[in-house]
Parts: sequence; structure tokens; C-alpha cells
Amino acid sequence: MMTHHEVLEVLATQRRDHVVITTMGSVAIWPTLSNHPRDFHYLPSSMGQGVPLGLGLCLAKPGLPVVVLVGDGGLLMNLGCLVTVAQFTVPLTILLIDNGLYEVTGGQAVPNAGLTDFALLARGAGISHVATCDQRSDWESTARSALQESGPSFVWLKVQGERGKPTPTAPRPMGEQILQLQDALRSHRPIV
Amino acid sequence: MLEPAAIVAVLKQVGFTHLVWIPDSHLGTWEAALMQSPLKPIRVTREGEAIGVAAGLMLGEAKPLVAIQCTGFFEAGDAVRNVAHDLKLPLKLIIGVRSARAARDGRSQDNCPLFAEQLVVAWKIPHQSFDPAEATSAQLEAVLEQLARTTNANAILWAE
Repeated sequence: MMTHHEVLEVLATQRRDHVVITTMGSVAIWPTLSNHPRDFHYLPSSMGQGVPLGLGLCLAKPGLPVVVLVGDGGLLMNLGCLVTVAQFTVPLTILLIDNGLYEVTGGQAVPNAGLTDFALLARGAGISHVATCDQRSDWESTARSALQESGPSFVWLKVQGERGKPTPTAPRPMGEQILQLQDALRSHRPIV
Repeated sequence: MLEPAAIVAVLKQVGFTHLVWIPDSHLGTWEAALMQSPLKPIRVTREGEAIGVAAGLMLGEAKPLVAIQCTGFFEAGDAVRNVAHDLKLPLKLIIGVRSARAARDGRSQDNCPLFAEQLVVAWKIPHQSFDPAEATSAQLEAVLEQLARTTNANAILWAE
């Protein structure tokens, strides 16, 4: 099974002009791999709101490719968002980092850890491009197509659980991040 | 009672670009008018999610309005706190207050009106109250214009 860090390493090699929204544990890793004006570290956050945030951005800026990195605990808090996303033909890529744990709170198990079929949930919600990867090589061969979809895509990335990691902090204050992102997106030409 | 078509027309006129909503028995009467308007509704599954979608729209410099019932607003508290106070985005809300008119007339024991008022205060969201059954078209325009114009988070408690 791959690590969370490996998932993000592969994303860093495949990311083009995508907005990348990080949540929870990914906030600690992504800045070590990327410092791009279209990076947005959603911290402080409201848990489970990363995917809605990404969808809203897609709807505001038609054609803008957006990647949301979400944990299994966060997605479980807001599973209905998959149904909402499926209504729209937007280039939103949801990368589910599934480690079976609430990592930030010390590594407690999420409900039904290891037994929930997240790919089935995503397909059942109506998302047609769904993939599952638990090896780095699988993810390397899947990433490009997942990131190039014109409609929503969902990749279930099974990673090793890691305990004892420090609570993440965003590399920049939220106000600064918002201004940087909005400035970076002014060059986007909407596809209507 | 103000007609849904008039309400939707003013929402568009004052500059809202998107309506994120979950209908209740009152807000749901707007649906036909919304479907005829450029201000098409973004349908979400729960109210906290509506707040998150609105936040993303605002990051993209759109001007969304969230229309939900107070019961959903109660559940969406953490999302409201985050967007209004952590992200400091100008979240705009119409919060349908269930049983507001009946409670005011002593015909309902529904506690929604009590808690709707107290919770917008608790979340430090500036707000005003509005009753579409009693208001004129001019009052509708004034209240929505003010909602749209303010640069901070703001809400209308919309009597039902």
C-alpha cells in the first residue's frame, strides 16, 4: 500500500493549471511538494466542506480544473456532496485519501474503517469516472486521465494509516491565501 | 404576499449570480420562477454543504445567495462560523423562519422563531427580519438591495 506522501508526489508531477485544495493531513504534505499560486490550503476549515468548496469554485469559473484532496473522515461527514457534484459537468477531481483514521486527532478509526466501498458510493451518486488505487504504480497510470476529465472524477486512494503526525498548519494565513488565489484566477478565461 | 416571480426578479436585479438552496414549503414556491430566470438554483443535499458551495463561489468572485430553512441553518452552524469568521467571506443568507407568522399571532408553539433569532445572533451574523406577506415591492427591493450590498456576512430572517 502506498503512503499519503506518495499520492501527493504523483499529483505534483501530473498537476498542470489545476487549483489544488488541500484539507487536513494533506495541508502538511502538499507545501513540501508545491508552492503554486493556485494552491489553496483549506485551514482553518469546517470538516467535510472541501468538496463543496471545490464545486463552488468550478461553478464560479466555468472550465477551471479543480482538485480537492479529502480524507475519508471528512468525506464521511458530507457524503451527500457526491450526489450534488454529480449534477454538474465540471472538471472537479476528488482525490479521497483513505487511511481509515482520523489522523489529525490521534489516529482513531473512522466508522466502518476498511469496509466501506467508496468507489461504489461515488458511482452510485452518479459520478461516472471513478477509479481505485492502492499502489503507487496504479495511481501513476490513473492520475493523468483523472485530472483531464471534463466532468467530475473520483479517485479512491488507499494509503497507509500513520499515527503521531503533528497537527497541520497552513503555510500562509487564510486572508493572504484568498487574495493570492483570486489574483491567480483572474487570468482564467471561462468556458461557456 | 409577494409573488415568487417578483422575488426572483429582485434577487437577480440586486446582483446575485447564484442561488444555493434547499427548498422548504415556502422557499419551494420559488422554483418555477427560478427555472425561468438566469438565477438557476444550485441544489444541494444539506445546508452545511450549501454554505461550502457558496464559499467556493465567493472564492471565485461570484455573488451567491444561500436560501435555506432555519432548521437547516441550525445544523449548518460550523460551516457558517468557518465561512463568515475564519474565511471572512461575505456570506449572504435568506433563512426561512418556520411558523414565524403563526408564532407571532399566538397560533403556534414551534420554537423555530425563537432559536432562529438567537442563533444568528450567536454566530454574529448581522440580520434583519422580513415578512413577504406584509411587505410591499419597494420594501422587498430595499431589503434585498441591502443584503446584496453589505461587504460582510449578512442574513434576512424570512417569515414563513
